[in-house]
Amino acid sequence: MKPVFEVTRGMRDQETHYCPGCTHGVAHRLIMEVLDEKDKLGETIGVCPVGCSILAHQYMDVDMIEAAHGRAPAVATGIKRVHPQRWVFTYQGDGDLASIGMGEIVHAAHRGEKFCTFFINNAIYGMTGGQMAPTTLIGQKATTAIHGRDPKLTGSPIGMAEMLSTLEGAVYVERVALNSPAHIRKAKKAITKAFEIQHQGLGFAFVELLSICPINWGLPPREAIKWMEDNMIPVYPLKCFRSPEGVK
Amino acid sequence: MTEKKLMKGNEAFGLAAILGGARYYFGYPITPQNEVTEYMSRELPKVGGAFLQAESELAAINMAYGASASGGRVFISSSSPGIALMQEGLSGLASIEAPVVVLNVMRGGPGIGNIQPGQADYFQATRGGGNGDYHLLVFAPASIQEAIDMIMEGFNIADQYRNPVLILADGMLGQMMEPVQLPTGEGVYSLEAMLKTKPWALSGHEGKRERNAIKSVYLKQDLLEQHVETLWKKYEQAEKELVDWEETNLEKAQVVFVAFGTTSRMVKEAMAELKNMGLETGLIRPKTLWPFPYKAFDNLWEGTKQVISCELSKGQLVQDVALGVAGRKPVHLIQRTGGMLLTPEEIIEKTIQIIEGGE
Repeated sequence: MKPVFEVTRGMRDQETHYCPGCTHGVAHRLIMEVLDEKDKLGETIGVCPVGCSILAHQYMDVDMIEAAHGRAPAVATGIKRVHPQRWVFTYQGDGDLASIGMGEIVHAAHRGEKFCTFFINNAIYGMTGGQMAPTTLIGQKATTAIHGRDPKLTGSPIGMAEMLSTLEGAVYVERVALNSPAHIRKAKKAITKAFEIQHQGLGFAFVELLSICPINWGLPPREAIKWMEDNMIPVYPLKCFRSPEGVK
Repeated sequence: MTEKKLMKGNEAFGLAAILGGARYYFGYPITPQNEVTEYMSRELPKVGGAFLQAESELAAINMAYGASASGGRVFISSSSPGIALMQEGLSGLASIEAPVVVLNVMRGGPGIGNIQPGQADYFQATRGGGNGDYHLLVFAPASIQEAIDMIMEGFNIADQYRNPVLILADGMLGQMMEPVQLPTGEGVYSLEAMLKTKPWALSGHEGKRERNAIKSVYLKQDLLEQHVETLWKKYEQAEKELVDWEETNLEKAQVVFVAFGTTSRMVKEAMAELKNMGLETGLIRPKTLWPFPYKAFDNLWEGTKQVISCELSKGQLVQDVALGVAGRKPVHLIQRTGGMLLTPEEIIEKTIQIIEGGE
């Protein structure tokens, strides 16, 4: 019999530390699947953020380093200067990328750094236990916004893809969601394209992946998926904001 | 082979880094060290290196973190408030055991302070600066030539110990000109050779080895303690191998001065004048600030009646002097701060006051 589904070679055989229902596992697998299919596992270097995915290196079978909170794009910049021929990526959450690391991501994009960033947006701080993020929706409850986010006090959700796509150096910016098989297939296509753009040296490639955090949202995984569809996608529209012509 | 040249401090520091094999530099403008950054932007590409002006010192140190973890030989420079911003990365570099040479061309503080020379980053340099248990290996040059030698050798020491090396200079050394002797050539550097000596570095495993995971997080407390103990073995070794100082006339001195960097030069002028006035004085000049040459103070003889720390801060070095003297002699402080320099005349006047018991 021919197997129809197998463990991706790029994923290491480790027990997960992620919570039940978390979509980090899906995102990890997609990135590793793409690298495996392109035969690039041995030629890729990844940067882990601070947050739940600081331990991504336990699962991804590529050379990886932990960066301080928010600094992954600066660390990746340094790596790429030493190894310009390697594929380099950062994997960052929304507290890491859109709050404390806003300066680093904007300037990496602005310089047109030739690496990829995979941005996991679940509208909340996960590892520290459910605090408000810059991406938290209006009215969404968090441990530091117990009555829900009030835009008069703390502003409105930041659209990172929208913002970065205004920069010349960010040649590819797309937002996808990890809520359904069809969308997950689209997400994989976006990840593939991001690496292809890096391979061609065209500039900075950014893929935002809408994700869920069942534990800190206080919802079972299926309801969390539904909550993302009903609440997040309308605020964070799924689309390709920018792409160089002719790259698949 | 050497060649003699008249050079400005900041440019000589940059040249020394290139001669020492540095091929990656990440900088951000800050006075009084801008000439280092400008020099690197001009000269590093000529030897195939990479220069990048970062968006902040915070980004610069994290770029250095990535480049060093990738096996590159990395140099960075800044001045006091910028070095303060880099502390996160320095703690991280010490934790992941990645080598880098950092130059601090110190200026007046606290806060934004001013752009005149100072030495008030002594605590920051020698006591940690960032979070957690770690040390930087700190060298204090007193001349441009010595800074060149320390920077060049600093890369080997950083590699050997897998720890950041800090060169603690000041605005005076950065801005003045002196004749220097330089080795000729461009310094030898090959990434392939570097990677052979750094099997832990990020380079892509090519399916030929286990993947390298460079970690700074140890969630289990026993593992973190174990990691710190591993670091500490290196620091104990550094205390034995690296500690270095210059001592002058200790065998006859009634008064022994302690000073590092630019201030030691003012002290030497004062010492010559005091000798003409009939007072024998000596000098302990630490060349390493961490590890500190505490044992130099075992060389004091019974005729030494006073030990005086001379520094451009409100009494930071003096704390290590007191630890070294360990109650065996009275310890005094002669200092200026805020970007003011100690003049030989002021040192002489205050020394006489101390001897006469006026202080």
